Amino acid sequence: MWFIARRLAFYAVAAWAAITVNFAIPRILPGNAVDSMLAKFPQLDASSLHALEAEFGAHVHGSIFSQYFTYLGNLAHGNLGLSVTLYPSKVTTVLAQTLPWTVILVGTATIISFVLGTLLGIVTAWRRGGWLDRMLPAFTFLQATPYFFLALIAIELFAVNWGLFPFGQGYSLGLAPGWNWSFISSAIYHSILPAFTIVITSMAGWMLQMRNMMITTVAEDYVLVAQAKGLSPRRVMFTYAARNAILPNLAGFALSLGFVVAGALVMEIVFSYPGIGLTLYNAVTSADYPLLQGIFLVISLTVLLACLLADIVYFIADPRTRTRAAY
Amino acid sequence: MSALAAPADPVPGPGGAEQAAEAVVGKRGGALRRLPGKAKAGGVILGVFIFVAIIGSAIAPYDPSATIPGQALPTAPSAAHLLGTTSTGQDVLSQLLVGTRSTVVLGLLTGVIATALSVLIGMSAGFMGGLPDEGLSLLANVFLVLPALPLLVVILGYLPHSGELPTAIVLSALGWPWGARVIRAQTLSLRGRDYVAAARESGERTWRIIFFEILPNEIGLIAASFVGTVLYAILTSVALAFLGVSNLSSWSYGTMLYWAQNGNAVQLHAWWWYAPPGVCAALLGMSLVLLNFGLDELGNPRLRSIRPGRRGRRSWRPADPTPVQEPPSGAADHSGLRGAESGRP
Repeated sequence: MWFIARRLAFYAVAAWAAITVNFAIPRILPGNAVDSMLAKFPQLDASSLHALEAEFGAHVHGSIFSQYFTYLGNLAHGNLGLSVTLYPSKVTTVLAQTLPWTVILVGTATIISFVLGTLLGIVTAWRRGGWLDRMLPAFTFLQATPYFFLALIAIELFAVNWGLFPFGQGYSLGLAPGWNWSFISSAIYHSILPAFTIVITSMAGWMLQMRNMMITTVAEDYVLVAQAKGLSPRRVMFTYAARNAILPNLAGFALSLGFVVAGALVMEIVFSYPGIGLTLYNAVTSADYPLLQGIFLVISLTVLLACLLADIVYFIADPRTRTRAAY
Repeated sequence: MSALAAPADPVPGPGGAEQAAEAVVGKRGGALRRLPGKAKAGGVILGVFIFVAIIGSAIAPYDPSATIPGQALPTAPSAAHLLGTTSTGQDVLSQLLVGTRSTVVLGLLTGVIATALSVLIGMSAGFMGGLPDEGLSLLANVFLVLPALPLLVVILGYLPHSGELPTAIVLSALGWPWGARVIRAQTLSLRGRDYVAAARESGERTWRIIFFEILPNEIGLIAASFVGTVLYAILTSVALAFLGVSNLSSWSYGTMLYWAQNGNAVQLHAWWWYAPPGVCAALLGMSLVLLNFGLDELGNPRLRSIRPGRRGRRSWRPADPTPVQEPPSGAADHSGLRGAESGRP
């Protein structure tokens, strides 16, 4: 319990730091939300300009500290301001619309990739020199391929040449989002190609890490003892060797869940997928700072949660990290 | 590692003495010779890329930016242009040769800076524990939660594009926490092992324990972290260039792909235009991963001594001369013996 309490305090500090960095970003960078709004609507008159400035918090004359506390207060009320590019939508509304797309697609792809990669890694290490082991260079080649390059080729092959999958977008244009089968099936259909490219490029990483840890573990005495006891190879492989080798992979998996939200920027751009990455990219290129901050905040907090999860995984799974001075 | 080295390796006999002899040879003589084939291949490929990075701009047949007036479509490979041209008539091979340097330099530079940071911070945090650990882990976590790619797009979008070093520093600043976290966790775990406790009891100084007891056991992790960081740097810089956040007037694999995408190379089926930079980036990354196999083995002596035992599709053949019999079916459950699994004499 003491451990968890201390970690929670620790993460509170980290969250505060992340929020503060988030506060600082638009104030360090040149340009502001009102200027980009002005660029979009040049015919704005002075009074609506002032209204906008008040709304977006640009050209605020109070000290940096009062701005900071206003920002914290707004955050506490869940008020992330209004988006500039999608004016007058609230940032929270935009987030609520785009987040599910990313979480469902990238989350599913990450889980598939982790499970497949880890299983393949276990088998590869167990049968060193087997055909899977010899295939490793091919897997590493896929891992080392620039993602968008692979995605472009996948689009060229599967969408353009063979017409098996759509080019991009989250669902067919004529459909209205809703919980009906035609929409859901269209969404699934549109997500297969992006998910496939993510799994292909990220699987090798899990596989390699699992294999390397597993090779070290297989040499441990207790694996030999388990063999000597006459346990079945499968049992030794999974409950003795893999169970002890999976720790870094599990921790990495917990972390990567946090990056589900942030990690698919390029994928969403290539596939024009209506998720948070594409929204973030648009926010960056059009200097939509309220939206940018909102997305950064969501990403930072999810990653923090994932770090906490990774720590807890380590704590539960590896007693050695619980030693005297560690925590 | 085992079977890929097999062609170079005489298959050792089943005798324990021969295996022991080979293990000793493995330790003493020619560690380089005994590198697995994959690692050698990785080293060779990486060497070729570094070589091209050095001499690339000298042997490029054309000025990579020189256009052919009046040309509007990419031309397929020919004797004059071995990898064809872009739609404005720029020679793709020249771009590739010149662009290698920027990509390789950026990757290695970022790898060195970020890995040095991860080792320094990760090991300090893991070894010292307590308050320093809390502080450094906090630092790592704060950097970790910053979304790297979007932040890079924002930061590099406003930085003057003055060369590889500023980009490498920004990439390192955002890239070190990954390695640091893994190294910290491993240090934390190693620190509690018996041999470290023994070293401490026998009065070894702290720096000696860190550099001679713990660090050698993390070489594999550190190498993996370096490889991962170089990969991250190459892939990220390529992705950034693809998004247009890069010095688009200089040549690298990323900017080549950017211009290829901009010129609709994929739609025009101009594979000679978009494929070479992508394949080269992937080959470069792959060479690093392959190299990692060899480093992994060099850093872990246990892997070497058991090597002869792990060959082929056999699911278990121990290095120990005593053969382990496959259990008769149904007799596999020795749950009564479970206490033995962790019990060491």
